[in-house]
Amino acid sequence: MNKVKKFDVVIIGAGVIGSMVARELSRYKLSVAVLEKEVDVGMGQSSSNSAIIHSGHDPEPGTMKARMNVRGNELWYKIVPELDIPLEKTGALIVAVGPEEQAGLYPLLEQGQKNGVSGLEILSREDVLSLEPHLTGDVTGALSTPTAGIVDAFQGVLGPAENAAMNGVEFILNAEVQGVVVEDGTLKAVETSQGPVEATWFINAAGIHSDEILHMVGDHPDFHISARRGEYFVFDSSAFRVSNVIFPMPSEKGKGILVTTTTHGNTMIGPNSNVIEDKEDHSVTESGMSEILDGARRLVPMISPRHVISTFAGLRATGNYKPPGHGKDFLLEVSKSVKGLITLAGVESPGYVSAPAIAEYVAEMLRGEGVVLEEKPDWNPKRSRIPRFKDMSHDERKEIIRENPAYGRIVCRCEEVTEGEVLQAIHSPIPATTYDAIKRRTWLGTGRCQGSFDYPRTMEILARELGMSMTEITKKGPGSVFLYRRTKEGVV
Amino acid sequence: MEVNTDYDVIVIGAGPAGLAAAIEAYNENKSNVLLIERNDSLGGILPQCIHNGFGAIKFGNDLPGPEYAVRYEEQLRDLPVEIMLDTMVVDLTPDLDIYTMNSTQGYRHFRPRAVVLAMGCRERTRSQIRLPGTRAAGIYTAGTAQRLVNIEGYMPGNEIVILGSGDVGMIMARRFTIEGARVLSVLELLPYLTGLRRNFVQCLQDYDIPLHLSTTVNKIYGERRVEGIETVKVDEHLNHISGTEKFIKCDTLVLSVGLIPENELSRKAGVQLDPHTNGPIVDSDMATNVPGIYAAGNVAGIYDLVDYVSMAGEVAGRSAAVWASKQKVAAKAQAEEERPSITIKPGANVGSVIPQKVYFDDLDGRDIYLNMRPNALLERAVKVELSLDSEEIMSFREKYARPAEMIIRKLKPRDIDKLKAAGGHELIAGIS
Repeated sequence: MNKVKKFDVVIIGAGVIGSMVARELSRYKLSVAVLEKEVDVGMGQSSSNSAIIHSGHDPEPGTMKARMNVRGNELWYKIVPELDIPLEKTGALIVAVGPEEQAGLYPLLEQGQKNGVSGLEILSREDVLSLEPHLTGDVTGALSTPTAGIVDAFQGVLGPAENAAMNGVEFILNAEVQGVVVEDGTLKAVETSQGPVEATWFINAAGIHSDEILHMVGDHPDFHISARRGEYFVFDSSAFRVSNVIFPMPSEKGKGILVTTTTHGNTMIGPNSNVIEDKEDHSVTESGMSEILDGARRLVPMISPRHVISTFAGLRATGNYKPPGHGKDFLLEVSKSVKGLITLAGVESPGYVSAPAIAEYVAEMLRGEGVVLEEKPDWNPKRSRIPRFKDMSHDERKEIIRENPAYGRIVCRCEEVTEGEVLQAIHSPIPATTYDAIKRRTWLGTGRCQGSFDYPRTMEILARELGMSMTEITKKGPGSVFLYRRTKEGVV
Repeated sequence: MEVNTDYDVIVIGAGPAGLAAAIEAYNENKSNVLLIERNDSLGGILPQCIHNGFGAIKFGNDLPGPEYAVRYEEQLRDLPVEIMLDTMVVDLTPDLDIYTMNSTQGYRHFRPRAVVLAMGCRERTRSQIRLPGTRAAGIYTAGTAQRLVNIEGYMPGNEIVILGSGDVGMIMARRFTIEGARVLSVLELLPYLTGLRRNFVQCLQDYDIPLHLSTTVNKIYGERRVEGIETVKVDEHLNHISGTEKFIKCDTLVLSVGLIPENELSRKAGVQLDPHTNGPIVDSDMATNVPGIYAAGNVAGIYDLVDYVSMAGEVAGRSAAVWASKQKVAAKAQAEEERPSITIKPGANVGSVIPQKVYFDDLDGRDIYLNMRPNALLERAVKVELSLDSEEIMSFREKYARPAEMIIRKLKPRDIDKLKAAGGHELIAGIS
C-alpha cells in the first residue's frame, strides 16, 4: 500500500501556471506539492505556444484576462533576472493592411489604454517598414506595443519549477489525478496513479484537463474545455529574422497567425486555430501547415518553407466560462461548491504571460480564506539555468572545459550542446529523465538535424546516469521507448 | 588563447574524403598534417555501412564499408600524420583560425596554412519534408537507424515503414529484415527510384519488400510511440490524390529522403556555396573561394560512390599541401585572372556539376573528373554536352541518365584541348 502523503497545499498540474504558483507559495511556511501526470514539468500547452509575453492590449477590458495579462507582463520582467530565464523585450506590431484594418487600429489602441498598457502608439507605414523591412509593402500602419516580449517557453516553466523545488516544494511526477475524496463538502484528498494525496488546499491548474477535475468534485458542471490546436513552423536561424513580434489584426478566432523570433534566434510562424476532439492530439496537419504559411506570407511575403527545421502543434485550453456582461474569460476562483479548492481553469492565451499574476492572485485568494502566509526567512529567490556552451566566448569555453572536461564533448552538433550540459540536466533540481526533458533544458536536438546526430549519444548518457538499459530510455515517458531490443535477440 | 601554427594542412573530418586528403597532403611534400574527427574512430560513416559496394574502382574489390575505411587507415598509420579523435571543430574563420574541443585536450586554437573541409553530409529530416502528424518516438532518419543497429546493436523497431527509396533506406530495409523486423513497405514520393538499381534488386526484391512509387506519408499516428501511418498517392505534380489514403499499422517510420552537405563551418569561414550542390563552389583543385580552404567529398555535393569521394579527397589534400608549401602563395592569388580556366553551370536535365571551375594550367599529368548529377530519369541512350552559347564544345554518350547515379567523365587530352579553346567562358552542361 502507498503511504498517504499530506500537504498544506497541493497544486494539480506542473505547467507554467502550476509552476509559478508553486514558486509563489514556496516563499511561505507551507508544505507544498505539485502533482503532474506526465514525466516532466511543462509538457502540455506551456511548452508548445507562441512564447510571447503579450502587452495586454488584446483582452476585453474588465476581464480577468486583461487584468492578469497586464500585471503578468510587468511581473515577468521582474522575475526573469531572479530565475535566469531568457526574455527579450522586443515589442510587438499589430500590422494593418488596407483602409479597413487601418481604421481598426484606433479601437485597439483605446482598448489597450483602457487595460492600462503603457507605451502604445500607432505608427505610420514608413515607420513600420523601416522597423521591419521584410513586411509586405501593402502595410498601411501598425499599433506598436513596446512592452511585449519573447521568452524561452521551456525555461519559463523550468525556472519557477526548479526554484520551487529548491525551496522545498515536492514535485510528484507521473501522478495523474484519477479521483477525489470529498467529505462534508470539503475536498480532502485526490487519488493519483501514485497513491492518495491529502491537502488542506488544492489548486486546480490542470490546463486542458482542468474541467475534468472540476467535474470530479461536482463544480461548474456546464464548464467545458475544448482543445483548440495551433500549429507552428520554426525556421533555420540562418533564414530571415524580424525584430518585433508581428501580429495581423485580431479576429474572433484570436490574435491570428504571427511572425516572431525565438530567444534562440529562430524565426517562428503560427498558430492557426482549429477545435479538435482529442485533448492529447498534438499532430500537425497538411492543411494546417498551408494555412499558417499562407497567413504568415500575407504579412511577410518572403517566407519560404525551404528553411523550415521544425513543426509542432500546441493545444489551447479554451473554456466556455463567461463572467456577467463579458465575453469568454479565465475562471479563477475559490470554489463555491466545495471547500479547499481553488480553480485556475480555461487559461488559454494570454495564459503564459498571466502566469505570475495568477500565482500572485492565488496567494491573495488564500489570504482571503484566512490562510496565514508567513514568509520563510531562508527563502531563496534565485535559480540559474545550465550554462550554455554555445553562448560562451572562446576564453570562457576554454575555461569551462578545463574545469569540467564533460563540457569538451559535443553531444548535439547543430546547437553545440555538450555532455556537461546534458549531465547537469539529468542531475538538476527536477531531474530530466527522458530525451525530451533534456531537450527542454538544453535545447539539444532542436537544430537542423533534429536529433539525428544526438539520439544515440543522448540515450547512452541517460542509460549510464540513470542506471537503466538502453531499451528503457524514452522520448517522453511511459509508452515512448526508442529501442525495442538488442540485435541478434531473435525474431519478435 | 595560445595559437598553434605548427600545421601545414588541417583536414576536418576523417571519412573517406578526409582520410584520402590527409594521406595525399602528407605525400605531396611531407607536409605537417593534422586530421580531426568528431567520432571516436576513423572512417566517418563507413564503419556503420557494413554492407558491400565500396572500393570497386579504388581497389578493384567489392568491399564492405568498414574494410574500405581500414585500407585507408592502414596507409595513414604508416605516415606521421597527427590525428585527433572525439574532437569537434566549432569554429573556422576566413583567416583559417580553427577552434577545436575535446574532453582530454580542452579547447584549442589552430592556424594552419591550409584547410581541407571534409565534413560530409547530414540527412534530411521529417521537418524538411514537412511530414504531418505527431511527434512520437519511433521516427528515425535511415542513417541514425543504421547507427543504432550496426554500431550500438539495438533494434529501433519491429514493424517498419520506410519513406524514400534512397540507398541508405533500402539497405536498412534489408538489414531490419535480417534482424527479424518486418519492413512493411518502402514508399517513394517520386515516380522513380531515387537510389541505385542494384540496391533495389538486392535489398528489396530479394527480400520481397514492396516498393510503392508516387506514394508518400500523409499522417503519422501515435502520441507517444508511432502507432501507424496513413499513406497517400500523389499525381505527376506531387499533389496528394484524395481517396487514395491507406492506413498502415506500424511502430516505426524510417526516413531516407535525401542528404545535404554539412556546411556550417564553410559558412562561418565565408565559403561561397552553390545552390545546386548545396556545397562549396570548387575548382578542379577542389579549392573554394577562400584562399587556403579546400573541400572534398559529400561536403561539396552528394556523390553516389565512395570511390569518387576518396578521389576528390586526394585532389583536395594535394592542392592544400601545395598551397601550404607557400611556393605559390603570392603567385596564385595574383595570377587568378590569367590562369586558363572555364566555369561550368548545370543546364538541361543536370542538377549539379562538380567542380564548378576547371583550371588547365599545371596539370602535371593529373586527371580531371567532371561529376554531373542528372535531375531527370532518362532510360535511353543520352548525349551529355558542354556548350557555349548553345554551341557544342564537347560531348559524349551515356547509356542512360538516372538521378541516383552520377555521370562521371574523366577529361581526355582532346577534351581538354577543346575546353582550353573555350577558355575564360562559362559553359553549360546539359543532357539530351
